[in-house]
Amino acid sequence: MIDARGRSCPEPVIMLMQAMRSGEPAYEMTVDDRVAVENVTRYAQHAGYAVAAEEAQGEFILRMTRP
Amino acid sequence: MNVKKERLVIGIAGLAIGLIAVALVFFGNPANMGFCIACFIRDTAGGLGLHSAQAVQYVRPEIIGLVLGAFVMAHIRGEFSARGGSSVMTRFALGFFVMIGCLMFLGCPFRMILRMAGGDGNALVGLAGFAAGIGAGVFFLKRGYSLKRSYKQSAAEGAVFPAVQLALLAVLAALPSLLLFTPADGGPGAKHAAVIVSLGAGLIVGALAQVTRLCMVGGIRDFTLFREKKLLIGFAAILAAAFLGNLALGKFDPGFADQPVAHTDWLWNFLGMLLVGFGCTLLGGCPLRQLVLAGEGSVDSAVTVVGMLTGAALAHNFSLASSAKGATANGKAAVVIGLVVVTVIAVVHTFGKRTAKGEEK
Repeated sequence: MIDARGRSCPEPVIMLMQAMRSGEPAYEMTVDDRVAVENVTRYAQHAGYAVAAEEAQGEFILRMTRP
Repeated sequence: MNVKKERLVIGIAGLAIGLIAVALVFFGNPANMGFCIACFIRDTAGGLGLHSAQAVQYVRPEIIGLVLGAFVMAHIRGEFSARGGSSVMTRFALGFFVMIGCLMFLGCPFRMILRMAGGDGNALVGLAGFAAGIGAGVFFLKRGYSLKRSYKQSAAEGAVFPAVQLALLAVLAALPSLLLFTPADGGPGAKHAAVIVSLGAGLIVGALAQVTRLCMVGGIRDFTLFREKKLLIGFAAILAAAFLGNLALGKFDPGFADQPVAHTDWLWNFLGMLLVGFGCTLLGGCPLRQLVLAGEGSVDSAVTVVGMLTGAALAHNFSLASSAKGATANGKAAVVIGLVVVTVIAVVHTFGKRTAKGEEK
């Protein structure tokens, strides 16, 4: 689980980019900002992952899986 | 929103913003200055008597409109979110030196685009410095640069900065005698569209920038980092629309010499925008983006704007700001100091020990 709460863009995307170097089939990330959701989703989709977002109390859990 | 639609929306918004900027000049703003966040914050500092450069004193309604437009749009979209506490004084310092860089070049990144669209070749030199500065910022971002996380604040805290803008508007409309104004023909501060036109333009652009996340620094940054083009499309659309608008109005005048509110000292145009690009990348957004984020409830961005306001006031109190005659010796010293300070901030927040609460390397 990557915790990017409170991080302003582009930091969450860079955190994901660096995590994705390990090439795992799934990643999970928590963010608390709509801009981060948009940017992380865009990046993950571009990298070939499917993204599911779940919102709870102003925080978002993004689950990224490679089909 | 899918990627195609997102790009279409920011493209259309960018075109609209470019045309609005040209229209503001048509309605009275200084040439190539439909919008200039740095110049307008500087004028506002003068209007409030924070500096005494008579040529640049006017509480610009565009700034008020940008913040309030973003504030209203963020509420409509359920995105108003009060947050803050991410290296606040460091952001103040970065905002301060970004303003020093802008006033060396005579424009923020937004006005740099408008100057290019008006044919001002010096702005191309500025663009080169700006891109180099973003490159320097990206170097540190890739190595873990961070101003640490922000935290949720009370809605009241997030509303303070927009409330200040509302108060400024009330004073401008009802008690203008409290404020300072550049006398007629006394300089750029005397050139402005009617208050209602400026305010309306600010509101619309603030709302559009909130929706699209438009950021002049973000375009080049995201393309360098991720090959992501969205924000770059906004940048290009503003340039294209303002260029065509200037052509249509006969205001396109290519060249380097005698450009409006500009100088031809290429080295200092380059270094000024280098400082702006570097500082803004470390802040996470250009001056326009800071205003919009402040409208969305970011206290960190509000403090950054206050840093810019302070930088603008001191720039004129200590002759740091350039003029059409060129850069000043004091301004050159300030830009060099700014580059050193910004580099130190970048190094400390990239390689320094992560001691903030809850943070580990």
